[in-house]
Amino acid sequence: MRGLDLAIEPGERVLLLGPSGAGKSTLLTALAGLLDPDHAGDAEGRLTVDGLDPRATRDRIALVLQDPETQLVMARAGDDVAFGLENRAVPSPEIWQRVDAALATVGFPYDRDRRTDRLSGGEQQRLALAGAFALSPQLLLLDEPTANLDPVGARLVRGAITAIQRTTGATTLLVEHRVTETLELVDRVVVLAPGGGLIADGDPADVFARHGDALAAAGVWVPNRPLPTRRARPVRPDRSNAWGGATAEPDNSVVTAQDLLVADRVGFTHRGTSRPALDGVSVSLRAGEALAVVGPNGSGKSTLAAILAGLAAPGKGTVRATATLAGADARLPPHRWRAHELADRIGTVFQDPEHQFLTGRVRDELAFGPTRRGEDVDAVRRRVDDLLDRLRLTPLAEANPFTLSGGEKRRLSVATALTTDPAVLVLDEPTFGQDRRTWVELVELLAAHRDAGGAICAATHDEAVVTSLADRVLTLEVRRPAPIPDREVAA
Amino acid sequence: MVLDLHAVRATGRLARANPVAKLAAAFVLGFGVALSADPLTPALVLAAVVAALAAGGVTVRIMLVRGWPLLVSAATLGLTTLLFSDSDQPWLTALTVTIRVFAIALPGVVLLLTIDPTDLADSLVQNARVPARFAYASLAALRLLPLMAVEWRTIGLARRARGVDAGRNPAARLRLFAGTVFTLLVGAIRRGTRLAVAMDARGFDATGPRTIARPQTVRRSDVGLVLGAFALLAAAVVGSSALGTFRPFWA
Amino acid sequence: MSHPHEPDLADTGPPDPDSRGRVLPPATRWRTVDIVVAAVIAVAFGVVFWAWNHLWTASGPAFTAFPPGQAFMYGIWLVPGVLAALVVRKPGAAVFASLVAAAVSALLGTTWGVQVIWYGLLQGLAPELVFLATRYRRFGLPVALAAAAAAGLTAASLDWFYYYRDWSTGWLVVYYAVLTTSAVIVAGFGSWALTRSLAGAGALDAFPSGRERRPV
Repeated sequence: MRGLDLAIEPGERVLLLGPSGAGKSTLLTALAGLLDPDHAGDAEGRLTVDGLDPRATRDRIALVLQDPETQLVMARAGDDVAFGLENRAVPSPEIWQRVDAALATVGFPYDRDRRTDRLSGGEQQRLALAGAFALSPQLLLLDEPTANLDPVGARLVRGAITAIQRTTGATTLLVEHRVTETLELVDRVVVLAPGGGLIADGDPADVFARHGDALAAAGVWVPNRPLPTRRARPVRPDRSNAWGGATAEPDNSVVTAQDLLVADRVGFTHRGTSRPALDGVSVSLRAGEALAVVGPNGSGKSTLAAILAGLAAPGKGTVRATATLAGADARLPPHRWRAHELADRIGTVFQDPEHQFLTGRVRDELAFGPTRRGEDVDAVRRRVDDLLDRLRLTPLAEANPFTLSGGEKRRLSVATALTTDPAVLVLDEPTFGQDRRTWVELVELLAAHRDAGGAICAATHDEAVVTSLADRVLTLEVRRPAPIPDREVAA
Repeated sequence: MVLDLHAVRATGRLARANPVAKLAAAFVLGFGVALSADPLTPALVLAAVVAALAAGGVTVRIMLVRGWPLLVSAATLGLTTLLFSDSDQPWLTALTVTIRVFAIALPGVVLLLTIDPTDLADSLVQNARVPARFAYASLAALRLLPLMAVEWRTIGLARRARGVDAGRNPAARLRLFAGTVFTLLVGAIRRGTRLAVAMDARGFDATGPRTIARPQTVRRSDVGLVLGAFALLAAAVVGSSALGTFRPFWA
Repeated sequence: MSHPHEPDLADTGPPDPDSRGRVLPPATRWRTVDIVVAAVIAVAFGVVFWAWNHLWTASGPAFTAFPPGQAFMYGIWLVPGVLAALVVRKPGAAVFASLVAAAVSALLGTTWGVQVIWYGLLQGLAPELVFLATRYRRFGLPVALAAAAAAGLTAASLDWFYYYRDWSTGWLVVYYAVLTTSAVIVAGFGSWALTRSLAGAGALDAFPSGRERRPV
């Protein structure tokens, strides 16, 4: 980030946008007075809050980050909110009153003793907001607070943010991907340009009207801009559900020639829990078809994906591959296949791309699969070069995969899964936290695989993926007694 | 084995005692017994400790459930001593080792069941003058433990998905293990770095004093607990000397 | 793998002036990130130890339950202290990380209860003294190996005091030798190699140990 000239008045609510790498997070960290002089990098220019160096005004500033797990400090919810108060030497008698007030403001659904590892993502983020609110901040800095959350959690967190804004009147600077939903929280939009300076600054409607195209091309999620559709066949409107896609047919009695993997009444219960994560799910993955598995958090999407991918054995029911997919090994369920057989038939893309990296160079990552299969060295090199080109990763060919940006890592992890030419591709939340450009590229990659005759199964809560890519949708439900109703903050 | 820190928590007076006092008592007993070299002194201490724990609210059943791995390990050690020692009374020596090892560790194992990590951190800071930043940063890191356990499994599955598994080959298993350790550490350090920023954002690196939200007091019963440990040791030594069997390890 | 060559010396050379031209002493105060990451390394190894035990139980109780096998596998228990010191490079890192790792083991319900705390303390103190002897200026391979050897000898001595007092001298020598070798290889060479790989992956950007990573 460089060459930035920006002034924000007290009480303003600002949305900060820009493509990845434009320095949004760096700006927030600097404003919070937390930029470490020892950390790799150099600084120039002047940054002030209330006319002072941010480090001097830190007690008026609250920063909330996107990963709830790395913001919570204590094992119990109340203790976590009290943490900030203890640090700021708030007198002991006052602490617990302020904790309770903060929990109430954000609509936290449990009492003080609730264990923090028993909270959903949305509840954890609201707890983090409570911790920030308890310190009576005058400047609220929010770095993608809903990025890691499902839509329900995101909505509740936005409600909590609104409540805080209304109660404190604090100046708000917010970085977010989900622009459409966030517009209700802000009155001004600032767009950073990669490499320095501002592209736009002003009223949201204005900014998007004038710069919408440039922003979309740069990867910003401009609202009301349609995404490309990549469905293999048209939607049947008479069976559409709220997502706009067709519901999956439950009849698996007939195995069609196109079937690659068939799951029959699969159930699974995690060790140590009494309620099944999955129960009686039947679905088949077919060649040339993209299936989206949707459902709220806790409905078992990831579990189903793992079982279909041959990484977990179903507790009940069976998963079988057809001879088309597995040849002679079709008599064994996928979770009993050796790893190299599995990788050749079913590719899996995990939520965190780093979990799948095996080597120290991007080039080696792409070469790993084909080399393991014994392909010719020159053929491998040509293939890798071609892939690097298609994924726009050629300048990074020698880099360590762990040092890539989020979008680059995601592209790389999908590519490595495809290098072994599996017929089936299973993905867990593939579009998690991606900017628009990466999102589009990813969908293109997946569509290409599907159009070439492969099968895709994507567990996702991204509605856009369902509308753009899915040919069939399987909706999982949560089977549990009604949860404690969230105290939604009155809008 | 599921990595869960909130395992059996005994109820009763012992659970409410000051964590640092409990730790001190366990250390005193453990170290004291370690200095002995005869079989009777540890046995006396052990008997007294079991009785005291039962009185404090830890049932014998819990002690057995939690203590049996220790018993097995102690017995194994006794067996090893039998094999590797050159003493002229091998069976007696082996028995001594078994009883002593068991007696050293049991109080600690049981007392740990009654200690909550947050209470321990609070107590260390308030009662033992441990610097707050080190104690609470450790507590925050500890919170990530279950997450990392899940991540370990996920990383293993991710490697299987890429075609890497170890089967029976020990060299391959070690390589897979080392790779998984590396990936886990990258994630852990990144998380730790982010956690540190979040903690600083909430004023953790302030140089002034902190206030206390959860007071941990040292009551007379807590002091009594530690003194009781000393007394117990002394009584065992006296008893063992009276019977002529006492022998410190340097003798 | 493309690793930039990492110099042996910590960059505590002549202090640089800060942005206002004042000269500050070399940073020996622990930043929050130093404390948290040292603790996180220890906690991560809590998981690693559990997985390591799992790995070896498959090879049969004869190996794992008996001292020669245990000495062979010992190295990994000594990694947290040495690794934390190499990554964080602050005085006390080895002791702190080793203590936290022991505390985590204890809280997870190790067979041995709180007594592992003594092990954590002393197994961390030994490498700490080695780093202290270099005035916390050297963090290369030779120091790592020496630190690990010190930790190994300490661990063997603790085992002697607690469990193996009655062994014949011959067996004790064998035990010491196997354990220390395991320590040097795994906790010495292993920690050093791990630090370099972590730096290459960009995980150590907040630390001097990661500062020399070559930008791509």
